[in-house]
Amino acid sequence: MLPAEIKETLLQRIAHAIHPREQAIDVMTIMQSHYGYMSDEAMEEAGGLLDMTPLELEELATFYNFIYRRPVGRYVLHICDSTVCWMNGHESLLQHLCTLLQVEMGGTSPDGLFTLLPVCCLGYCDHSPAMIINQVIYGDLTREKIDSVIHKLREQAHAS
Amino acid sequence: MSRYPQVLFQNRKLKRINTLEEYCQSGGYQALADVLREYTPQGVCAAVQEAGLRGRGGAGFPAAKKWESVPADGAFPRFLVANSDEMEPGTFKDRVLIHAEPHTIIEGIAIAAYTIQASKAFIFVRPNYEGSAAILEREIKRAEEAGYLGRRILGSDFSLEIIVHLSGGRYICGEGTALLNALMGKRPNPIKPPPYPTVKGLWDRPTVVNNIETLANVPHIIRNGPDWFKGLSLVEKSPGTKLFCVSGKVKSPGCFELPMGTPLREIIEEHAGGLLEGSEFKACLPGGASTRFLIPEQLDVRMDFDSMGEIGHRMGTGAIIVFDQKTCLVGATLNLIQFFARESCGWCTPCREGLPYLRDLLWRIENGEGKEEYIPTIRSMCKDMWNSFCALAPGAASPVESLLTYFEDEVHEHIVQRKCPFQ
Ligand SMILES: Cc1cc2nc3c(=O)[nH]c(=O)nc-3n(C[C@H](O)[C@H](O)[C@H](O)COP(=O)(O)O)c2cc1C
Ligand code: SF4
Ligand code: FES
Repeated sequence: MLPAEIKETLLQRIAHAIHPREQAIDVMTIMQSHYGYMSDEAMEEAGGLLDMTPLELEELATFYNFIYRRPVGRYVLHICDSTVCWMNGHESLLQHLCTLLQVEMGGTSPDGLFTLLPVCCLGYCDHSPAMIINQVIYGDLTREKIDSVIHKLREQAHAS
Repeated sequence: MSRYPQVLFQNRKLKRINTLEEYCQSGGYQALADVLREYTPQGVCAAVQEAGLRGRGGAGFPAAKKWESVPADGAFPRFLVANSDEMEPGTFKDRVLIHAEPHTIIEGIAIAAYTIQASKAFIFVRPNYEGSAAILEREIKRAEEAGYLGRRILGSDFSLEIIVHLSGGRYICGEGTALLNALMGKRPNPIKPPPYPTVKGLWDRPTVVNNIETLANVPHIIRNGPDWFKGLSLVEKSPGTKLFCVSGKVKSPGCFELPMGTPLREIIEEHAGGLLEGSEFKACLPGGASTRFLIPEQLDVRMDFDSMGEIGHRMGTGAIIVFDQKTCLVGATLNLIQFFARESCGWCTPCREGLPYLRDLLWRIENGEGKEEYIPTIRSMCKDMWNSFCALAPGAASPVESLLTYFEDEVHEHIVQRKCPFQ
């Protein structure tokens, strides 16, 4: 169940829309940041708010890159694999990340902290290679930079 | 500093946006005030038509012509959509523009909305641009407080609400009609016209979709006049400036505002600082991932819709991706087709089934399993992509087809050597 204040925010947004389903992405995004991912239960809950069947909502949830239908780690790394990043060494950075986090593409690290996913061009090709972690962009990536980013996130996680 | 006049980037700062106050000091929102006081919607259309403003979203469609296609007796409420989906690899101009001068976008939206008599506008922003969306939301609020948006703007009869919509993230959502489905909370498949969105768009009401760069030009046209706008360009048929993005193997990748018709060579060699040390120009995609590879012999072409068209290419979004002699173009094309295959919405067969097949053939060639007979198959499949439902699949075929046109030898080398010669 959603905390009352989040539910209130969602209901307000929906009330303001021309049709409830127009808010589907926003509702799922907000619910996802609370739950971590959109479980079957969360989908039902969202469908109820939006006046949509779970199936109608599923059509959207599975379509978009940034709605997660399976559990993800606390940090979701999307590494750009489009053209500019590809030519600037995406592949070797990806291998480095996999080793560092002990994951394969699509997987979550054994400590449950990191999920690694691909993403297409992030719109930061002037700072390629690039990745995004929980809405924060990291550009001009090198192995060293990746090491320090991951190190900081691990510390952050352990501190809280 | 650029030696060319800066319009959209005239107030571009290093680390922050140009504020509402600063924008107003340099004449901002004056065009909106003039329009609401002195112009009929037809008057705005006529000025923009005279200026010859063409869409910056990729196709170069005349903006005034699109606005005029909203029927005079069309139903209300009407809608305007500012497209900042920007998921075409290589393209990042919308982001830079939002971070430089959000109010010229907002003012442009207000004027365009007045022109088609829309009472609600949406700015459709891709995910990962959460920062840009936050800037827009904040600045829209400021503009409302200052009376430039909201009810009865500047004492006129015209009211407008702007809503920032953050997408869930899929390339196809940038396609005008798919975007409308996305906004309505439906699965974002494209819709084949007619009826065109300007007749039957969001919730069956007249809706205009424009790129945000297109809209940002509008206040400047009203403020300075059509002749001034035409004078900004180096060519006749594509007036104004253009935001060019350069990325890849250049020294200074970035987004530059330059006259329409600036030679491609100048953009790469001068503005983007030329090729990296040890790199030589091999090819570029001149307008994002869905355009054709361009070769060194074509570097003197001017970057505008018609000059590019004359040599059989497309300017697209003006996002130039530069490849050097050390980069395998079969590998690059494989990467591109991988992108399109993944981002295909799956609605129609040529794209849904054809792109993965093309990817598979290219994968085999790149990985030493290619056969000569694949080449004609690939060629004919590229042609078949034109039978698809929307422009994604023909766009996807563009780099592939041009690889075979300009770099067939490199493809053959892969097949003969049974490996990628660059590895
Ligand atoms: C697959 C695909 C993706 C597109 N993505 C965008 C985009 O991100 N931004 C955009 O402005 N136009 C995009 N377009 C073009 C739009 O369909 C539309 O033509 C454009 O937004 C109209 O604006 P304009 O007339 O101002 O250029 C895309 C088209 C296709 C086929
Ligand atoms: S061409 Fe591709 S993206 Fe366009 S409708 Fe067909 S499947 Fe969807
Ligand atoms: S290709 Fe990676 S950010 Fe554009």
